[in-house]
Amino acid sequence: MNKNLNKKMALIIACLAVCVYGFVGFPSGFSGKALTDSITKRIHLGLDLRGGAHLILQVVVSEAIGAETDDAIGRVQQDLKTANLTYTQVYKPDPVNHPEVIRVEGTAPAGTSAVRSTLDDKFSNQYDLGGGGADNTWTLTMKPSVETALEQKTVDQAIETITDRVNSLGVSEPVVSPYGLGKNEILVELPGISDLEQVKSIIQSTARLEVHAVVGGPFKDEQEALAGSNGALPPDEMLLHGSGNLATGSDSDAVFVLKRVPVVAGSDFRSADPGTDQNGRSAVHFTLTNEAGDKFYDYTSKNVGQSMAVVMENRVKEVANIQNPIRDTGEIVGSFSPTELDVLSKMLRTGALPASLNPIEDRTVGASLGADSIREGVTAAVVGVLVVMAFMLFYYRGSGINADLALFLNLVILLGFMGYTNSVLTLPGIAGVILTIGMGVDSNVLIFERIREEVRSGKAPAAAIDQGFAHAWTTIFDTHVTTIVSAAILFLFGSGPVKGFAVTLTFGLAANLFTAVYVSRVIFEWHLGRLKPGEAISI
Amino acid sequence: MELFRNVSVDWLRLKWYFLGFSLIFSVAGVSSMAWHWHQIGTPVPLGVDFRGGTEVEVQFVNTPDIGVIRQAMDASGIKDARVQRYDETRPSLNAVLISLPEQHNETELETGQKQVLDALNGHYPNAIVPAGTKVDVVGPTVGHQLERQALLATLYSLAGMLVYLWFRFQLIYGVAAVVAVFHDTLITVGFFALLNKEISLTVIAAILTLIGYSMNDTIVVFDRIRENLRLSRRESLPDVVNRSINQTLSRTVLTSGLTFLTVLSLYIFGGQVLNGFSFALVVGILIGTYSSIAVAAPMLVAWQESRAGKGKTTVLPAARRSRG
Repeated sequence: MNKNLNKKMALIIACLAVCVYGFVGFPSGFSGKALTDSITKRIHLGLDLRGGAHLILQVVVSEAIGAETDDAIGRVQQDLKTANLTYTQVYKPDPVNHPEVIRVEGTAPAGTSAVRSTLDDKFSNQYDLGGGGADNTWTLTMKPSVETALEQKTVDQAIETITDRVNSLGVSEPVVSPYGLGKNEILVELPGISDLEQVKSIIQSTARLEVHAVVGGPFKDEQEALAGSNGALPPDEMLLHGSGNLATGSDSDAVFVLKRVPVVAGSDFRSADPGTDQNGRSAVHFTLTNEAGDKFYDYTSKNVGQSMAVVMENRVKEVANIQNPIRDTGEIVGSFSPTELDVLSKMLRTGALPASLNPIEDRTVGASLGADSIREGVTAAVVGVLVVMAFMLFYYRGSGINADLALFLNLVILLGFMGYTNSVLTLPGIAGVILTIGMGVDSNVLIFERIREEVRSGKAPAAAIDQGFAHAWTTIFDTHVTTIVSAAILFLFGSGPVKGFAVTLTFGLAANLFTAVYVSRVIFEWHLGRLKPGEAISI
Repeated sequence: MELFRNVSVDWLRLKWYFLGFSLIFSVAGVSSMAWHWHQIGTPVPLGVDFRGGTEVEVQFVNTPDIGVIRQAMDASGIKDARVQRYDETRPSLNAVLISLPEQHNETELETGQKQVLDALNGHYPNAIVPAGTKVDVVGPTVGHQLERQALLATLYSLAGMLVYLWFRFQLIYGVAAVVAVFHDTLITVGFFALLNKEISLTVIAAILTLIGYSMNDTIVVFDRIRENLRLSRRESLPDVVNRSINQTLSRTVLTSGLTFLTVLSLYIFGGQVLNGFSFALVVGILIGTYSSIAVAAPMLVAWQESRAGKGKTTVLPAARRSRG
């Protein structure tokens, strides 16, 4: 019996030590500061306590789908041409609401089966083909599974890009993750950031640098540009406007005809740094990836004397003459503003967003407000615990020490859990801690009241304690399991504060099952061992 | 020291008073919710989390003047801004809460907060403490998603508990407990409606906690009933129920009292952010304790009596002889 008890006590002390290490670790010293530093390294404070910004961004996935179908339209036209099949137009009937639908009109009635086999052959993997009746109209609709996969890919890519961008800002411990409540939403948490404006402009920028071959230009307006190609552009070319003062000195609203497919774009750029050229104009020094460098060298060596255009956000930023073949480094002098240059160089380092982002929720908490909340929450918790502990001592006398020890251990285990699992302590989390205290007290009260009943009915101390624990256990088990069931459901279906609350409550209740039942029992047994025969227990 | 010893109150005799008491509060709460529904379209005033909109909490260096702030808003062309002193309990904070109504257009979501801060910087000669600023901008989509989610989470957790009680006791126990918990939630939310307090996401957390607590209380009583039914099979159900309530009364009052104290300390020291949360619990714990005695247990008896009234062979709702 006594040996057994020693084992149990060793287990409890080991558990205590492990949990204390969980949230304190080995502090560098014993000063208050070293201790707090050590604790905050393990138990992270939520944004509501430390201050910071919380953003929910919705990815406009329809843009990515639109880009994909744009590309498909080009391929449809190309494929039909290659197969010598005629059509009047290929377009999207409702690009805003249904970017996934492409329509082909005016195919020759004689070629119906040829059109069907061409489209089927090339597009049936990703699109459902419909139409082909008497009106010679066909529709290609992106398959729902393909659409879902594309949406998922877009969101994943956006998360990756945002993470890179946030990291480039030097924010510590940022969170970028799928939000989960609505479709295609991303949660971004930036501790310590209170000025969102600049951060947001960098996170949300869709800026993407592209270099296109110039077919013609500058023209005064679109009509003049189109006149060069008989009023309609071939499908592989596009019209773009210039922006501001180009280095070539052309008119600010000049129009250029460019090849639709860029030579290098977005992720082909390895880096870009703002600087100035030898004449003191602002410029971007860029480096291409090896692969893109080869491609660029290939293109520039074949096109010496031709022009190429640098495009950002659908505006021509610069048109340059290719004087020598360029491989992987170069300089762009263009109509960039200083902020554009800064954003651009950050963007290029982190890759482009696949679609634009809409902020749908945005919260910031100032740092001192968070500190106030911590102080208030902790004060409330400490006052609550002290009042409860004092009452237990007063009401249950000797056994009150049991309850208080169990309660204290419960808090230590809870904090240890949180340290090991890297949980985030939020304000509702503190509330969860306070409620854990309540439940802990309840278990003790249940047990003690039961022991009192048994003592009253004339049982000897050992038997009374045994019976008291046995009877109270059923109730404690049921109440805890019920609450854990509801906390688990909260964790599964809740988000944000509700989740933080559920986590601390679940941990706390689990710890309480151990402390209120096991630890308290061991203390009673230890006390019984020291009791003189015939002496009553203090309860 | 002991508070209650050998209590023998006939609780079931008081059931008509209990019913009256519950009805008064439920009806008051429900009519207040109906009134709110008529006025603002939701049964209770919703916080920015659910309602959507923009809330800017600003701390000033000197005591703010609400009137001048309103003028500053008007001068900058900001319409329908609600300006109020924040945290009345601590006027030294110099905090003001400025709320703008819900933006129906997600793209305009961002402009509101900037306008408010610009208006204050431009038209109000009182410096803002940057570290004391808190901004909440919630778009209508997010608000409705949260509302839906909170409701679902509550319903699911109720269902989860019902199933657990069904499994551990009997269906009627589960139903009685869930009805009692529903009664508590209704009355607590009714209090929010009556006092025109906003329900935010943290208040939902509090309501969920109160559900857990009230359930806890109810289970303690039910557990005793189950135990006593097994021990003395000849005693009538009303007697068993009365005795069980009396036996657990000491524990009920102690636990509720102590929990009430912790929650009260939360209400007093927890500051404005936890105000709604702790208020819900202060009300909820009182009601939750009451309902385990006055709603859940009498329901078991009422169920048995109605079965007897229909001439069916009376089956005591004694729980399955499971373990324990």
